Parts: sequence; C-alpha cells; structure tokens
Amino acid sequence: MLRWASHSLLILLAVPILLGTLIAILPAFGYFPTLGGTEFSLDAWRELVQVPGIKRSIQISLLSGVLTPLIALALVFLYLASASGSKLDNWMRRLVSPLLSFPHAAAAFGLAFLIAPSGLLSRLISPGLSGWERPPDLLIINDTWGLTLLFGLIVKEVPFLLLMSLAALPQLQPSKHVELARSLGYRPTIGWLKVIAPNLYPLIRLPVAAVIVFASATVDVALILGPTLPPTLSVRVLAWFNDADLNFRFLAAAGAILQLGTSLLAITIWLCLEKLCAVLWRFWVATGDRGTGERLVFFSGRGAMPIVLLVITGSLVALLVNAFAGPWRYPSVLPSSWTFLHWTNNFQNLLTPLLNTLLISVGSTLSALVLVLATLESERQSGKLRATAMWLLYLPLLVPQIVFLFGFIVLTESMRWQGTMSLVIFGHFLFVLPYVFLSLSEAYRQLDPRWSQVASTLGASPFKSFWRIRIPLLLAPCLTAIAIGMAISISLFLPTQLLGAGRITTITSEAVALSSGASRNLIAVWAVVQLSLPMLGFLAALTVPRLLWRNRTGMREIR
Amino acid sequence: MSESKLELDKVSIALNGKQLLTVDSSVGPGEVLTIMGPSGSGKSSLLAYIAGFLAPVFEASGGVFVNGDDITTLPAERRRVGLLFQDPLLFPHLSIAGNLRFAIDDRSADKASLIRQGLDEVGLGGFEERDPGTLSGGQESRIALLRLLLSSPNAVLLDEPFSKLDSQLRAEMRTLVFSKLRASGLPSILVTHDQADADSAGGEIITLEQ
Repeated sequence: MLRWASHSLLILLAVPILLGTLIAILPAFGYFPTLGGTEFSLDAWRELVQVPGIKRSIQISLLSGVLTPLIALALVFLYLASASGSKLDNWMRRLVSPLLSFPHAAAAFGLAFLIAPSGLLSRLISPGLSGWERPPDLLIINDTWGLTLLFGLIVKEVPFLLLMSLAALPQLQPSKHVELARSLGYRPTIGWLKVIAPNLYPLIRLPVAAVIVFASATVDVALILGPTLPPTLSVRVLAWFNDADLNFRFLAAAGAILQLGTSLLAITIWLCLEKLCAVLWRFWVATGDRGTGERLVFFSGRGAMPIVLLVITGSLVALLVNAFAGPWRYPSVLPSSWTFLHWTNNFQNLLTPLLNTLLISVGSTLSALVLVLATLESERQSGKLRATAMWLLYLPLLVPQIVFLFGFIVLTESMRWQGTMSLVIFGHFLFVLPYVFLSLSEAYRQLDPRWSQVASTLGASPFKSFWRIRIPLLLAPCLTAIAIGMAISISLFLPTQLLGAGRITTITSEAVALSSGASRNLIAVWAVVQLSLPMLGFLAALTVPRLLWRNRTGMREIR
Repeated sequence: MSESKLELDKVSIALNGKQLLTVDSSVGPGEVLTIMGPSGSGKSSLLAYIAGFLAPVFEASGGVFVNGDDITTLPAERRRVGLLFQDPLLFPHLSIAGNLRFAIDDRSADKASLIRQGLDEVGLGGFEERDPGTLSGGQESRIALLRLLLSSPNAVLLDEPFSKLDSQLRAEMRTLVFSKLRASGLPSILVTHDQADADSAGGEIITLEQ
C-alpha cells in the first residue's frame, strides 16, 4: 500500500519543476496564446539586449552567485578545522538550527537597520569615534555593486552550509582521522584541512549548488539589500512580470531564461574553481607540510564564526529596537522613549496575512510530512534503500525559483488555478518537501530496527507498530521536521507572490512589499512577526517532547 | 497452556553465495534447542529467519513449522513466535502496564487483571505505572519475559538474552526463563556462546562452525 509513496514523492517534485521550466521557454520565444502570441519569434530577446544596464544586472547576479558560496564555504571549513570539539563548537551546534530559521527577508531588514548610515552600528560609534553629527552620506544599503547583498547572503548561507557539514561529518569519523594525522606530526587544523575537507566536500556538493542558485537568483533579499540602478536580474524579471502592460510578459519570460542561463554559468564557473582547488589541494598535501599557516587558520576560523553570530544578533537587536522605538534622534544609540504604537496601529493589517501564513505553512508542511513518512516507512518495510533518485529532492533548490514558477503560472493560468489558496499551498509544498525529507530521513533510518521487530514478534501489525511505537519514539525529530518545514514556508516570498497573483498575502510578502518606502518602525514590526513565527515553532518542537516524556527517562536517549 | 512443537525443515541461510548454516531439527513442547557458534556464524540470522524479518541480502531456504502449520511465508506479526533479545527493549515511552498491554491480544477480556497477575508471578507486583527507565537490569529482563509470555506465542526464540547481565543475575534469570518456558510447554531455540547457558537449558545442542 505504501509502495506508491516514494514514486509520488519524486513525481510531485520533478514534474511541476521540469514542466514549469520547459513551459517558461515558450513565451520567451514569442509563444503565449493567451496574450496573442501564436508565432515563434526572437523579439523578446532583441528587446532584452537593449534594456539599459542589463549587463550590469547579469554581472551582479553572477558575482553574488559565485562569491557567496566561495566565502561562506571557506568560513565554514576554516571554522570546522579550528573549532571541532571545542566549547564554541558545542554552542554552534545548538545555535545552528534556530539561526537557519531566521527568515531571509527579516535577516536582510535587520542587517539593513544595523549597517545603514543611520543604523545601529553608525550610532554606536557616533559622534565619539566617527565625529558624525548626522548620518554620513554613504551608499551602504542598495550599493551599486551589490556588496551589501553579498554580505547579507554570506551571513545567511554560513549556517546552512554549517548544518549540512555537521550532518555529513560523523560518517567521516573526523576525530579518529585527525588523531592519526596528529600522530604523524600534523597540527590539528592543518590535519583537518588536508584529511577531512577533501572528503567532506563531495558530501555537501548539492547543498553548495543550491547556495549558488539561490545567491544568483534571489528576489527578496535582493529587493531589500541589492542595488537599484540597475537591480539584479531576478528583481528585474519580477518587475517586468508584474508590469501592468501584459506585453512585458514576453520580456519577463526571456529574462527568466536568461536567469536560468546566468545561474548555470555561475555553476560552470564554480565547477572550474573546483578543478583548480583540487589541483592546489593535491599540491599542498603533497608538500607534506605539517604546520605552516596553522595560526592563520586557527584565528580566522575561530574569529569569523563569532563575527557572523554577532552580525545576526545585531540584526535581531536592530529589528527589535526599531519595532518599539519612539522618537529617536541621530546619533543617540537608543530611542528617547519606547512605544507600542507601531504594533497597535498595525494590528488590523497583520491579521489576514498572519492567518494566511499559518494556513499555508501548516497545509504545506503536514502534506509534506505525510508523504515523507509514507516514503520512509515503505523503504523500511521493503528493507531497501532507494538512494538513486534522491538527488531529485534538491530539484526545487537547483532551479531558480523565478524560472519554473514562471512556466508554472502560464500553465495554471490556463487552468484557472492561479491566485487560489490551494495553488499557493502546493507551491510551498514543493519547497518544504526537500527540507522535511532531509531533516527526518536520518533519524528515521537510524532508529534501532529491533523496536519494530519486538513489536511484530508481540503480534503487532506494521500499522500498529508504526503508530504506537515508531511515531512516539520519533516524535521529537518529527516535530523538528515540522518546525523546519514551517520555517521554510514562512520565509518564502516568490511562490506566494507569483502563484497567489498578489491576491493572497502573507507576513513575508507584505513585509517585502514594504521595503520600498515604508517607515523603519513599520518594517521592523512585520519583520519581528516574521521571525518570531519560526522561533515559536522551534520552541514548541523542543518543549513538547520534554513535557510529554517528563516521566520517561528512557526517551532522553532516543535520538 | 498449549502444547506445541517447532520444526525446522532443512533451513539453510547463505550470504553472498556463501553458505552460513543448515539446520534440520525438531523441538518438542517445553524443550530448548541450543545453537552455539562464534559470531558471524549466522546464529542470529537463523532466529531472524524463523521470526520473519531476515534482511533481503540473505538467501534462505527451508521450512519452519509450528504444530505442523507452515509459517515460513507468514508476516512476522502472524507467526506467534516470541523473541527475547540481548537487551530487554522495553518501549521507553510506555509505562510497564503499557508495555504489557501492547503484547496482549486486543480481544482479551480483562487485561488489567492479566497484567496484575503476571507482575505478581515475576515478583514485581504493583509496578504497573512505573517508568521502564527507572528499573534495574534484572527487573527489566523479567518484564521483557513477562511481556513475551503475555503475547501468548507458540514458540520462543532467545538471542543471547543473558549475555548483558552480571553473573549472579544471569544464573537467576536462566532459572526463571527456562522454568517459565517449561511450565508453559513452549518449544524454544536458544542462541548463545556461553556453555553455561547451554548446560542450564538442558536440551539438544548444535554447534556451528565458522
């Protein structure tokens, strides 16, 4: 009965995404019957080439697509080389999941409020250190080359790559190998980089590819932090798509395909970098050098991670202060008074988006959870691991959102499905599914098989032992998977915006829409709501099992 | 109590084309067949085959009969073959009573009194609401044995059930387990590499080679 589960899981993921990508190609070449385009042409491409600043848009997208994973990965590897097994490491392990749940948009707003010319950081050093009596005239947010965008993306992707690395590390038995390297005279950090890093990298290649695609095609972070004259390619595509003149749709379609090409180019550049690094690495390992550079690795690895943490914490503080700030003159560090006014004034507006957000995240996460559990249980009952097609799980993260969503819309518009709650939930489901699967599969596969065997020798059917033994034993990882799935759904911007046709609003879509022009206090209120929802989810995932099993000491060892 | 018989008809297990063992034997009511052999000789795989959850990487053939009924192709939960592992494996999220209730047939009338009676018999009267995590090793083993008996099996498999107990408890548990199995008239197969287990079981002994 469960045999259909893994097939439908892969079909549900692959078909909409591949179909959407294929369909997006048609309007790019003039074919869009609902808009009167019945013949193939290259008009949209001719138009696209003439768009002012299009080259710069592509360059910025490429730049953040390659530099974000490069710098984030370097930070993660330096950190792991220098801090494995330390106190800092214990801390980071606990912090990494909540850090990951910080929604992109809220993090971007927080960063903006932290480092803007009139932001928290500038106030901290003014006028004492800087001598500024008024905010300096610097273009920090929305800077022309997208450096702030790059910075924001790196801060956001470091926790992601760190979590993926931590999940993959145990199978490499790092401490054993580093000990061996040390016995041969290697300093531990150098030993880690020479022995563990080359084996760890292949295990996290797919997540790295996901980072490349995200960084080169992000819309929400680029809308908030990215350049405006001209904006990144993805932001321009969205603007053309939303233009009141529907003829811009052809241009938008061509732009979406260009975005796909840009992301693929970023991946190609990355593959070349990979080759180069492999050669350099081999050369470095062959030197047999055991200690050179060890201090540099040690201090940069141990130093960079706390800085990332500090930036994230600072962003959070900046959001909170702005959300409750009364009158606040530059360069005072804190407002002269505090107020709830921004909240009470907005309560009415928050309500509908909040309910929509909850409905969409619960709907998409629970359907993903059911499918993932059915897949894992069928895998267990048949006793065979189906790892072959699992890279398909990464598909929603490997194709730029704007590309396949575009084609998906062409399809659903003709089915009159667009702008409905069910379509938005389905769209979120596609992005939630991989995360639910990745977070739950390890725990599910590693649960001692003897629990189910005992249950069946006691006469329990697979159904009974699933519900009465496996689910309770795996309650904590299931709740964590739910919290992660909901956090992903809550943070999504583009699927809501495009599939909901602007008619269905969530906390995130409203918050991002405010980025052009609303007051900082108002933005901060929405961002605080946005980031507290996933936090509440993680808090519940942590406390519910503790309360439920408070008289069950044996449950503390089940992991 | 039912008097039953467990027969293994030319049961043989292979892994990657390499023959691990062949057993052809019959165990009468209340008897214990002991299978000894070094680790890797396929002892535990034999028990998994009889219980119905041998991993698909093994190739196995031969018939398993309980009271003349062929159970070789039945799913594990319908074979009515109980199994004691090295660890007691009490479900950690259920109380002691919850663990025992899980094993009792849903159609049984008075589960509560079955549980109370059983707990008294193993010297753990009044333990119903206890958390399994707070029990001593010996208490856990006794609950595991009681849970198995309450599931009213037709045959019992013992997979080195005493190996993790300290020596005094081990002797005590051996006496308890074998006397209970004999009193219930259940045929059992014991897998072990401790000669004292085999002596205490007092039945036929098959020694496997690597």
